[in-house]
Amino acid sequence: MHPEDRENTAGGLTRRRFLQAGVAGLTGLALSSVSGWLKQAAAQLPPGSYNPQLQLSFPVEPGASLRILRWSQFVSTDQPEYERMAQQFTRRTGVPVRLEYEAWPDVQPKAAAAANVGAGPDIVLGFFDEPHLWPDKLVPVTDLAEYLGRKYGGWFPVAPQYGYSNQVGQWIGVPIGAPGSCLNYRMSWVKEAGFDPDPASFPKTTDEFLRLCRALKTRGHPTGFALGKAVGDANSWCHWLLWTFGAHAVAPDNKTITLNAPETVNALEYGRQLFETMIPGVAGWLDPNNNRAFLAGEVALTNNGISIYFAAKNDFPEIAGDMNHAVYPQGSAGRPTELHLFSQAYVFKYTKYPNAAKEFLRFTMEDPQYPRWINAMLGYVSHPLRAFTNLAVWRSDPKAVPFRDAVARMLPHSYQGTPGPKSARALSEFVIVDMVADALTGRRSVREAILAAESRLKRIYEA
Amino acid sequence: MAGIEATVPARARRPADLIGRILENPHALGVLMVTPAVLILAIFLAYPFGLGVWLGFTNATIGQAGHFVGLGNFRYLLGDSVFRLAVLNTILYAASAVVCKLLLGMLLALLVNREFRGKRIVRAIMLLPWIVPTSLSALVFYWIYDPTFSVITWALRRIGLAHGFINYLGDPNLARASLIAANIWRGIPFFAIGLLAGLQTVSTTLYEAAEIDGAGPWQKFWFVTWPLLLPLTVVVTVFSTIMTVGDFQLIWIITRGGPANATHLFGTLAYQRAIQGGFIGEGAAISAFVLPVLVGAVLVSFHYLRRE
Repeated sequence: MHPEDRENTAGGLTRRRFLQAGVAGLTGLALSSVSGWLKQAAAQLPPGSYNPQLQLSFPVEPGASLRILRWSQFVSTDQPEYERMAQQFTRRTGVPVRLEYEAWPDVQPKAAAAANVGAGPDIVLGFFDEPHLWPDKLVPVTDLAEYLGRKYGGWFPVAPQYGYSNQVGQWIGVPIGAPGSCLNYRMSWVKEAGFDPDPASFPKTTDEFLRLCRALKTRGHPTGFALGKAVGDANSWCHWLLWTFGAHAVAPDNKTITLNAPETVNALEYGRQLFETMIPGVAGWLDPNNNRAFLAGEVALTNNGISIYFAAKNDFPEIAGDMNHAVYPQGSAGRPTELHLFSQAYVFKYTKYPNAAKEFLRFTMEDPQYPRWINAMLGYVSHPLRAFTNLAVWRSDPKAVPFRDAVARMLPHSYQGTPGPKSARALSEFVIVDMVADALTGRRSVREAILAAESRLKRIYEA
Repeated sequence: MAGIEATVPARARRPADLIGRILENPHALGVLMVTPAVLILAIFLAYPFGLGVWLGFTNATIGQAGHFVGLGNFRYLLGDSVFRLAVLNTILYAASAVVCKLLLGMLLALLVNREFRGKRIVRAIMLLPWIVPTSLSALVFYWIYDPTFSVITWALRRIGLAHGFINYLGDPNLARASLIAANIWRGIPFFAIGLLAGLQTVSTTLYEAAEIDGAGPWQKFWFVTWPLLLPLTVVVTVFSTIMTVGDFQLIWIITRGGPANATHLFGTLAYQRAIQGGFIGEGAAISAFVLPVLVGAVLVSFHYLRRE
């Protein structure tokens, strides 16, 4: 079922009502003892989109305090809102919360050290496989995850794939959401190339998409997709490329390497044609390169989070006005096959206050806290629970809408396998990105690139 | 004699104080004095080092202690094309960067060793690349090598020497060369300052004597400066080799080992596998491969330090 099917029946949330609710929420904070009326007014979700009757709370240990490690903000309104949420939690429960921030790629090394030493933050907000690297060191959060799922219209399919551990037979992570990646394009150039610049009419199939890219290139507006070790950008588009042609790295048994298949050849042959439309230099691109090239008008089309758009809004209003976002087209797989930077929170067993930690996570994932936080992030992070599809942020700016269902459209990076140490390793070693880069740049033939990646995957998965 | 005889019984009469006796025994006192230093070395150097080597023989992952697997990691790595590429990269990177740094550093040291106005300021400026944090200079090079916005490409295009873009970090060989150039830029001051210190200890009378014997500038360098500077040059070169082989920041910020692993060194590959990938045992084994090289380098430097 598509997420919208179920939420459209719910009452709409107008911008004005959102603002009213926001003001009411702030007042509520100031008064500290939030009355029932204010609580109602502060609710961010339209009635009917979730089940407010369901309640859960964890008995906080006396004298508890929490240390939380999370990724530093993608957008400047994120951390203040999160801190406000933490303060609110402290006021309600008396549990002091200390927040620590790390740039998102550095969360894992810090969490790894904590896991190994058995001391450190009580809660970590990390990415991808992290909980599956040390599942037996984590507090199970099945009760919390199931409660949230029941209350907020269910998790998107990818959420349990990341949150649930087959090894432990429990949820070990609480999905937080994902900074989504979409196609960023210049509307005037797309129009110039003879295509409708409206995101709703943007090419839906890989063939049509290639025609658009070629038309852009012949008019002097190349495309640009990162092929260097760009953790976010290169991984997201290279995995989409592989999966959208029906190819995958590993079978559901997490053992059989399935990369050497005609589908992979198709994906890479297609990629080679796409590569001809790209600006020179993409082979060395890291994450920031495409942002710069797009904002400088050097490329007409790239894949990125919403960050280019916000940078443009602040510093290049003419580009912000001329750009838009669209979802990735679909190849022979015939369904969305996207990869986004999936984030989830987990609690280490060494914590002295597991209940306080779970209570904190419950509090931050509930209405109205979670919607406020997501709204504050202006579309940088997409929600993993269906009920949050109707948030104000997804209505405030039509250009943010393609990011809304990012989590609904994504597959886990371990696809068709499950997240764990092996898929973490394959991702961290850029096996798929390197294969795509090798084949597209012509450093290796398609065949050789696949064989090289296959042998690396075999080593990783058979180790 | 009588005096000595008189003091010995006097001392014996004092209460048998164990601490006092230990403190008076030169051997025990020596051990006692050196213990703090040994402990510090043992805890902060020997233990992490030993643990690192031990981990190389285990299949430890993050969160799992793992068990002994003998030479398994090392055998695996020898058959791993990425690791073999990293070995070649490290050799190429260290060899070409160190040789260039030595030549250019020596040249710079000879230049600033002359008497000229503003000598002190020039010597201070010369140090800049070395004292700027590596991460900062790496970011600068990241911009300089940007495929679209490179200042080098811009300049070449302005003067008509280039037309398209230059793919500094996208082409494996160009990426290697670009990183070596950045490393050279950063490392020259280390050689220049070290060698300059050596040059200043060379007595001017030697040069005067050489001049009287009719030596030209080249002969003065080759027969006076070079032999006197050689021990120092070896030591500086060995230190630089150790630092270059262990380079991490420059690579990590500019390419992260890409494109397609073409610029991975031991350090970056070990980090990627051990910390990002979670395979601590294998990462430790990669680091352990550097050991023989570094031990050799340390032995060479010891040899010359002793001679000095």
